[in-house]
Amino acid sequence: MIAASAPSPRPADAKLLVLSASGGLTQAPRAALPQFVRQGDVVVANDAATLPASLVGVHQRSGAAIEVRLAGWLRNRVGDLTRCLAVVFGSGDYRTRTEDRALPPALAAGDRLRLGPLSATVVELRTPPRLVVLALEGERDALWAGLAQHGRPVQYAHMREPLALWDVWTPIAGPPVAFEPPSAGFAVDWRTVASLRRRGAAWATLTHAAGLSATGDPDLDASLPLPEPYFIAPRTVRAISRASARGGRVIAIGTTVVRALEHAATSGALRAGHGVADQKIGAATTLRVVDALLTGTHEAGSSHFELLRAFADDEPLRAMSDALEAHDYKTHEFGDSVLIERPRQPRGARRVSDRREARQEEYSR
Amino acid sequence: MARNQASSTLRDARVVITGGTSGLGLALVRELRERGARIAFVARNAERVREVAQRTGAHGIAGDVARKSDIHRIALQASALLGGVDVLVNNASTLGPVPLRPLADTECEDFEAALAANLLGPFRLTKALLGSLASSAREGRGGVVLNIGSDAGVTAYAGWGAYGASKAALAHMSRIWDEELAEHRVRVRCVDPGDMDTPMHALALPDADPATLARPENVARTLGTLLASELAQSRSGAMLADAS
Repeated sequence: MIAASAPSPRPADAKLLVLSASGGLTQAPRAALPQFVRQGDVVVANDAATLPASLVGVHQRSGAAIEVRLAGWLRNRVGDLTRCLAVVFGSGDYRTRTEDRALPPALAAGDRLRLGPLSATVVELRTPPRLVVLALEGERDALWAGLAQHGRPVQYAHMREPLALWDVWTPIAGPPVAFEPPSAGFAVDWRTVASLRRRGAAWATLTHAAGLSATGDPDLDASLPLPEPYFIAPRTVRAISRASARGGRVIAIGTTVVRALEHAATSGALRAGHGVADQKIGAATTLRVVDALLTGTHEAGSSHFELLRAFADDEPLRAMSDALEAHDYKTHEFGDSVLIERPRQPRGARRVSDRREARQEEYSR
Repeated sequence: MARNQASSTLRDARVVITGGTSGLGLALVRELRERGARIAFVARNAERVREVAQRTGAHGIAGDVARKSDIHRIALQASALLGGVDVLVNNASTLGPVPLRPLADTECEDFEAALAANLLGPFRLTKALLGSLASSAREGRGGVVLNIGSDAGVTAYAGWGAYGASKAALAHMSRIWDEELAEHRVRVRCVDPGDMDTPMHALALPDADPATLARPENVARTLGTLLASELAQSRSGAMLADAS
């Protein structure tokens, strides 16, 4: 009858590689994720929905074809399409590798862009030649209607078929503020949430406006991620405090959750409310809040991989990368997952932890 | 529940209503606006959407819930414009082929179209907005889905095959949603509003005497009170859970 058109790019048979605090590696089907969560833990996910942030159109002064990718919110202007960051490409589309994309015509402040039903002005060149502050013009309702009608999800050359909005919304997606999907969240469906709870873990969300992961400009890419606004509800802070007080772990679903929680705890205690995560997380970072991270598989050298170095030393990370390679784990946003637990100060609960590792061993057989 | 109390429950509630430019949907937009709710309504005709948005001060979204490709566009606009969603009213509905006819004379395509609008539309929109609804419920603002059902989904009326079957399925789906979403404290209800003096009723039964039919604004008032009560119960459930 009514066809559900193309199948979802999210594989049902996705895999999970677990790097435990002691450096042990365990392979499991990703559907078994809840079994690596313990009573008293809190699992925190990013509930941002993804914008159709790619807009094709014309640079009016030159008549040249362009693609605009909305890329980030300005400080205190989350959700404000009348003033936001954007990356501009020349003609072509996602099928060309980002680093091979044509440059846009030389842009100048005041340049007018026609993007389907939307009109925009380049307000400022932030990092030439590609990153600009863009002003989309019109009333708020009309702007969102235009974006909904004309925008397409940002995607990259490794995914050949055009993505629809439902492909890039995680099951828990709510506030549409992300420019690319908080993709670790693809691993968590509503059944997972239910079984986490049945295991005695708490479930909480925050909203973090994940920005673009690549712009094709090496200098700009080196500075990514751009500052990303986030919001943490008081209830989420309470759930985390409760878990920590009981010796439970804080498990972040995705690097954006790590960025938000660690930024909100910069001055010590975790604070609820709005913030802008602008810190770099890497080997030198001392994590204050997050104990474990579920994320995709990332290549050494990428900013995502750098973040993993806050969780584990280079040796176990190398072993993890080798295992991913050896067992054909799939990379990218719709690929497989890893769960990394950082070493903790020894606690009284050591025996519990030993038992858990014994159980994980059973999985690998 | 007293009117005043009900009004305050819906003040600033973020409500999405489909089929908001005529009949019961339009009456609900007006009623819930009066109770202080913030509303985004959906309807197919962009011109009508603009008119009603202007008249009521609600956000208007042009879209067709029967089209899969429109669902996430609607969800995107609704959650962006309202800053979240506490209540979804799946009111948009189609009769199927008119004049009404026996199933034996119903084209498969017409049956499918009725299911797409009356069953799959509410399913898809609920799913697309579930993240927002569950988040709202967790934060103590409540989360409620109200599906508009029909007596024709309960009683077998000759000539109402496509519509009746779709509404029966909608009612059953609502009960299953409610069972499954209970742990997220999102409540799902399916309500039969009764025979009303609406354009859709006139299309189905052109000879009916309007004087014998309920006024949509009266039904909307009753549904407003029901929504306030459901929202209040969803909220108190969340408070209890958070205190544990």
